[in-house]
Amino acid sequence: MQKPFHLSVLIAALGLCAAGVVSTAQAQNIRIGMVIPTTGALTQYGDMVKEGASTAVETINAAGGVQGKKIELVTVDDACEPKQGPVAANRVVNAKIGYVIGPVCSGAAIAAAPIYNNEGVVVVTPSATSPALTDGKNFHYIFRTIGRDDQQGPSAAKFIIDKAKPKKVAVVHDKQSYGQGIATSVRDTLQKAGINVALFEGINAGDSDYSAVITKLKSNGVDFVYYGGYHPEMGLLLRQAAEQGLKVRMMGPEGVGNPEVNAIAGNAVEGMLVTLPADFASNPKNAAVVKAFQDKKRSPSGAFQLTSYAAVQALTESIKAVGDNPAKVAEHLHKASFDTVLGNVGWNKQGDLKAFDFQVFEWHKDGSKTAAVK
Amino acid sequence: MDDFLPQLLQQLFNGLSLGAIYALIAIGYTMVYGIIGMINFAHGDIYMIGAYVGLVTLSAIGTQGGVPIWLVIGLMLVVAAIITGVYGFVVEQVAYKPVRNSPRLVALISAIGMSIFLQNWVALGQGARDMAVPSLLPGALQFGGADGGFEIFIPYTRIMIIVVAVVLMVALTLYIRHSRMGRASRACAQDMHMANLLGINTHRVISFTFILGAVLAAVGGVLIALAVGKLNPFIGFLAGIKAFTAAVLGGIGSIPGAMLGGVLLGVAETLAAAYISSEYKDIVAFTLLVLILLVRPTGLLGKPEVEKV
Repeated sequence: MQKPFHLSVLIAALGLCAAGVVSTAQAQNIRIGMVIPTTGALTQYGDMVKEGASTAVETINAAGGVQGKKIELVTVDDACEPKQGPVAANRVVNAKIGYVIGPVCSGAAIAAAPIYNNEGVVVVTPSATSPALTDGKNFHYIFRTIGRDDQQGPSAAKFIIDKAKPKKVAVVHDKQSYGQGIATSVRDTLQKAGINVALFEGINAGDSDYSAVITKLKSNGVDFVYYGGYHPEMGLLLRQAAEQGLKVRMMGPEGVGNPEVNAIAGNAVEGMLVTLPADFASNPKNAAVVKAFQDKKRSPSGAFQLTSYAAVQALTESIKAVGDNPAKVAEHLHKASFDTVLGNVGWNKQGDLKAFDFQVFEWHKDGSKTAAVK
Repeated sequence: MDDFLPQLLQQLFNGLSLGAIYALIAIGYTMVYGIIGMINFAHGDIYMIGAYVGLVTLSAIGTQGGVPIWLVIGLMLVVAAIITGVYGFVVEQVAYKPVRNSPRLVALISAIGMSIFLQNWVALGQGARDMAVPSLLPGALQFGGADGGFEIFIPYTRIMIIVVAVVLMVALTLYIRHSRMGRASRACAQDMHMANLLGINTHRVISFTFILGAVLAAVGGVLIALAVGKLNPFIGFLAGIKAFTAAVLGGIGSIPGAMLGGVLLGVAETLAAAYISSEYKDIVAFTLLVLILLVRPTGLLGKPEVEKV
């Protein structure tokens, strides 16, 4: 049944192109699909994106919208699951939505990207960091407003080499495209610098008992652990390490930088290191945006709020410049550069940011974070 | 390596506490199978519900109220056991009783449906995201490590798991062996039809089996929630699969077999993670299952099934 279905979608899309002029002229709003997890364990990341995108859209609409039209966000749930990614993409395509903020998670984004690209839907993900999303795919419609794992991994490794200076490092990951990808990149960079990576091991995401791995880390005399994955497992690793008296520093990518990690790990979270997009919220240029967040009782300082804000900015700027036409918008995104809350951004040929700044933060047990010094 | 022995001891302990939980859940599978010959695939979700009820109880009592910790944990266990027992009873009445005389596959599908229902029921009521459980019993017994060697840590929560599990299993064994209801269950397990003819209320025995299995799973759920500190509505699936494996490993239908199977599986997984790689721990555990079933198709303590004439 797969083939006829795809054909029908294609035919529908072709029909849409012919009727496009009429239907867009009649439409009141420009719709942007927001493909985020609203269910499942990673819902918080969806909330971050939602906060950022909603604030941006509300600000733009309050200022008169784009070409006299309001922007409307349409939420589509993909639960951050790869198998749900294409389903969500088909829903977006069937709803004739031309632009997408998301998908939030790399796994789901990779699965869904070919559909969006074939159907000519402009996708700007504020959070999917896996290189596999764009590398070698020749996509034209897929962009991201966040750095790649192979930008993030080296910046984490650089911190480990220059500042943390551990004696023996272990790199653990969750065997998923995001976690393993970034962990591999950290390991490779460390090994190039001559750091002893004593252990490189995958754990099962969703397990509840990691005591065997903790004991193993302890037996190996490791004093620094890098974990590539998301916060539920990081929280458990921290907690179970504390239970077994394993005294190490743990570090993770932005996927672990989530308030939930405090709830799971309790006091054991103190001192956890996280690489996050640079703290754009503290940039004085963004004071007005930060205020807009605070007026709505939202926090601008999570991992993805401002990257989502920037994604909406870039999309709407392009629509302003070339009109409500996804093909032209994609073309414009590739060519132009944009003044966003992330600074001036531009994209290379495959839709990755030309440069992106990651910083290392130290996490505290009261849920706050500070720039990490060592 | 001087540290080999203490490290091995630590890993064995890790495996034992994991296995104790598997065993508590596995008993529920094995008892239901023993009596009505059906795999209750919703049993893992019953365990998840037990963990959630425990967490809700904990939130209701609060940790700051000055109630002694042992009382809080005791209350969590009792409330979870009672409410989850009711769940076990209702699940049987709703999903299995109406199809009891249908072909086995019908009950199996009904069980899978029940499992999906329970997961989403809790996801709707409590939210699908991870819930954190505060650690009530921090700290650990420590051994060794005096001269810079490996220090063994035995966290109190894990000791509690093992103690509670052992007490419950001993109590269950005695109850099945010596009580009136236990005798009736054994009679039903041998021949349901004959037991019925002899005046045993088989409906009550079946209900009792489901309730008892649910109570044990609930205790397992609360214990693991306390030890691990993270819950979501989908933990029941993986735990259920592992416990089912433990039940088959020990010989499905045999209660001591479920206990032995649980502990074996827990220890095998842990040692595989420790000395091979945690990436392969499930492979090792399931290879073990296949090997044991090749040599002993009925599991370690299972009796060969006698064809009923």
